[in-house]
Amino acid sequence: MAIFSRGFTGRPRESNLDLPPGQFLTEDFPVLSAGPTPRLDTAEWRFDIKTETGQTLSWSWDELLALGLEDVHTDIHCVTRWSKLATDWRGVSLDKLFENVESSFDFVMVHSYGGYTTNLPLEDILNGQAWIATEFGGEPLEPDHGGPARLLVPHLYFWKSAKWVRGITMQRDDNPGFWEQNGYHTYGDPWREERYW
Amino acid sequence: MTYRDWLVGTVVSTSMLTPTAKGIVLEVPGWKGSAAGQHVDVRLTAEDGYQAVRAYSLASTGPGDTVELAVDLIEDGEVSPYLVHELREGDQLEFRGPLGRWFVWKPEDGPRPVQLVAGGSGVVPLLAMLRAHAASGSEAPFKLLYSVRTPTDVFYAAELTELRSPTLDVTFVFTRETPQGWPQPAGRVSRELLGSATVPAGEHPAVFVCGPTGFVEAVADWLVELGHDPVAVKTERFGVN
Repeated sequence: MAIFSRGFTGRPRESNLDLPPGQFLTEDFPVLSAGPTPRLDTAEWRFDIKTETGQTLSWSWDELLALGLEDVHTDIHCVTRWSKLATDWRGVSLDKLFENVESSFDFVMVHSYGGYTTNLPLEDILNGQAWIATEFGGEPLEPDHGGPARLLVPHLYFWKSAKWVRGITMQRDDNPGFWEQNGYHTYGDPWREERYW
Repeated sequence: MTYRDWLVGTVVSTSMLTPTAKGIVLEVPGWKGSAAGQHVDVRLTAEDGYQAVRAYSLASTGPGDTVELAVDLIEDGEVSPYLVHELREGDQLEFRGPLGRWFVWKPEDGPRPVQLVAGGSGVVPLLAMLRAHAASGSEAPFKLLYSVRTPTDVFYAAELTELRSPTLDVTFVFTRETPQGWPQPAGRVSRELLGSATVPAGEHPAVFVCGPTGFVEAVADWLVELGHDPVAVKTERFGVN
């Protein structure tokens, strides 16, 4: 049972059913990252998927876009407690990238330019749940928000939506990524408040 | 007790650090201490059970059952106006932590030089690092570059002066108004200033940058341009409040 804070009333209650527990609405788009923002040239950009069999699938920027961009209209939830509702993205579904991937592993490690990593169950990035996003709000994705391309997995806390994404490696076990090694939850479901482990 | 459990601290003292920022010292039985740079979640509960939680950096560091926060007022915020205007000695405050293991300096990190760059209230976790440095007798050369609007906005001004030593250098940059007789006019941190007032990239310092997003973005970009390894530059930006 929590103790009451003498004299605290708080804001008018946000009875918004779209808001996970412990989150508050923001109209801004705050930035959270662990270091400097990489400046990437799409002419040199590549995205790879590597499996345990030694298979590597690789896409250039143009090859990625040629797979076709989808409109994604979604809410996003950051572990630092802001949520942003009804955001508009465009990106390539990971279902398209995984069409020819052969792997018996159930987990993935996502790698970014700059060294950031994050871990996910494979089933959380397939079936229309995850994209390589290249546009936000009708504009190319800005570098400080992960441009030219970031992962978008909006049903999990937003640190899972790795900025400056460069590839995915299949892994047998759910080994922790960068923030997960530094105290964040291995899965990160905002509706169950899986912030820290 | 772990850092995931909510703890109850009792406010033993408060002080205004600047016209808008309050230092809050809490006594917390069972607190196991924190590393420099870590933060806590603070939870407020209204009479109807409504709760609001925000993260605040710890100004305190090391062992002991005392916790010190330094909270800057955000006018249209929900939690900081309560902490700055309402909370007083004897009140109880719920929080959990210490949280965060990335934006952290420990004496065991050794003699590697450290460059700290603060924008406004972003100085708080960096002050914890300076305190940890002084308390441990670490011989790592430390430099703090502290960008702040006016002299009255400086957090822990007296302590920062006292902490200066042969291994601890503090440089102030006043962006709106300088003290009388200050050698430089008021102005923002520039790439040139960053290059001249910080540990050179060639010395491979560990760098910690904390402040508002725009400040951190600009400084981190310049540091990389000045030759710092991006992996050596750790950043922490203010979220919204």
